[in-house]
Amino acid sequence: MKRLAIPKTYKLYIGGKFPRSESGRVYEVLSHTGDFLANAAKGSRKDARDAVVAARGALGVWAGATAYNRGQVLYRIAELLEGRRAQFIAEIMSCEGVNAAGAGAQVDEAIDRWVWYAGWADKYVQVAGNANPVSGPFFNLSVPEPTGVVAIIAPQGDESLLGLVSAIAPAVVAGNTVVVVANENAPLSAISLAEVLATSDVPGGVINIVTGSPAEIAPWLASHADVNALDLVGAGDLDWVELQISAADTLKRVLPPESGADAAAPALSRILAFTELKTIWHTKAIL
Amino acid sequence: MTSSPLATYQPDQRALALIGGEATDANLRRYLHGIPGIDAVGLEARAADLGTRSIKTSSKRWAIDTIIGLIDLTTLEGADTPGKVRSLVAKALVPDAGDPGCPRVAAVCVYGDMVGSAVAALGSAHAAGGTEGVNVAAVATAFPSGRASLAVKLADVRDAVTAGADEIDMVIDRGAFLAGRFGQVYDEIVAVKEAGRRADGTLAHLKVILETGELNTYDNVRRASWLAILAGGDFIKTSTGKVAPAATLPVTLSMLEVVRDWHRLTGVRIGVKPAGGIRTSKDAIKYLVTVAETVGEEWLSPHLFRFGASSLLNDVLQQRQKMTTGHYSGPDYVTID
Repeated sequence: MKRLAIPKTYKLYIGGKFPRSESGRVYEVLSHTGDFLANAAKGSRKDARDAVVAARGALGVWAGATAYNRGQVLYRIAELLEGRRAQFIAEIMSCEGVNAAGAGAQVDEAIDRWVWYAGWADKYVQVAGNANPVSGPFFNLSVPEPTGVVAIIAPQGDESLLGLVSAIAPAVVAGNTVVVVANENAPLSAISLAEVLATSDVPGGVINIVTGSPAEIAPWLASHADVNALDLVGAGDLDWVELQISAADTLKRVLPPESGADAAAPALSRILAFTELKTIWHTKAIL
Repeated sequence: MTSSPLATYQPDQRALALIGGEATDANLRRYLHGIPGIDAVGLEARAADLGTRSIKTSSKRWAIDTIIGLIDLTTLEGADTPGKVRSLVAKALVPDAGDPGCPRVAAVCVYGDMVGSAVAALGSAHAAGGTEGVNVAAVATAFPSGRASLAVKLADVRDAVTAGADEIDMVIDRGAFLAGRFGQVYDEIVAVKEAGRRADGTLAHLKVILETGELNTYDNVRRASWLAILAGGDFIKTSTGKVAPAATLPVTLSMLEVVRDWHRLTGVRIGVKPAGGIRTSKDAIKYLVTVAETVGEEWLSPHLFRFGASSLLNDVLQQRQKMTTGHYSGPDYVTID
């Protein structure tokens, strides 16, 4: 007798927990050939709101952690990704229709990119910050600080894991907390990444992953007054000009959509996009 | 309801008629222990059921404005200063500076020594027991523990009333209540009520805090509610906010049931104030539903129902802004308390 397979229902990742969507909705995730793969939670605007609350709550701990500590936490995630390599490859193969070699190459590149960004944790401040010369007996220092809560529309094309990592890692490494709307058609690697995060040292709420329709959720994140920045890297197919306009109402930093092979390519500028430069004065000597 | 013979008695005689004698420990114990017990499972199920009502759009808008008008905006910290009280009063008068249509809260609730600052800060907006403006409530009687001699507690009350407090939030002696010295608790409430008499002969509004988190059982909550009402409390209040658990929906429901029964018995309306632990509009709306379903919508007015809260107001204001603007608001758009 043929065994009846038990397909997994993928849930959201909010505040370090895996809740079902508040709306109770799910949608079917199909393989590249159109076969049923799994049910994934179809997140609603209230899930996005809950995720923002979780991200805001985690910001103090994450932004306040030392740069060295943040780097170590991110390296640890890369180690765990390496350990789950086989699972990611299988999911990418079924979702995206690539062969094992292609999927393996994507996972490797995603892990390498994660490590590359993790290395910047205790270095980007030295590169972007400065000791400014001033005409007086003062230290005048400019240092980049995290912007706050960053909402991200993950890349919606092929290479779901690599796209997700490329969008999350630069925001998180600077000390921001993120709410990311996953790839709608290929959300499996996003939730598997969440399972990695849940067993890593990253505090709950630093990375929140909502699966579902970006077209439905993105406007609520763009207009949300408690979101500080918006990365529209994967919003190319949405009405992203409208999203930019509503983000401007609450003075958010916004990154535009990117497409093509080098979309969201690793760059220091992606880290600095979600930082604010703080300049402080300090007397050089009292005596 | 007014056909009940009890309704014709004077308030102090009414209690004695009910108890069937003087308010001694024995008489009170016989009466309070004769009250039917509470079905805890049924009570919690009923409260949980009332919490599932879906309140949307225009009803939610009404609920949010009603909640703001029922709040006793509270600061009860050791670190309170006259400046903190002034900013609290400013927020009570204009909760949302971006929207002049936002209603005012019912009262500010402060420690006794801050009453003068609160009254001065309110100025002409001081309701002084009326409905126009904001009242000043003071916690008294060695709040929050209540561990002081009766003379100290009464002096505490007189101080606050002399300084201009319109409402007194007193704590009962939980130790005496749990030890079965009901007469002592009763006499204290009577004495505190009398200590709240102003120069013109009127009485300050008395809220009796049961501190339900220390009473252990729903039956005790019900007995303490009856005791507080018999002794002359105008309001029964769940908690000080200093003990966990503070206000919960089942406890508030059981107190509302006592208030409902008392109204049926005597025609007199007693107020209820859940305090502590209510932080979100969603929670507060559950309380509104519970009040409306248990004692009736008539109770959804500041002289019969209050929320003792500080952080609740900010969440309610953010919800209100969301309904006005159509997008989610954030803590940057309300004041820091």
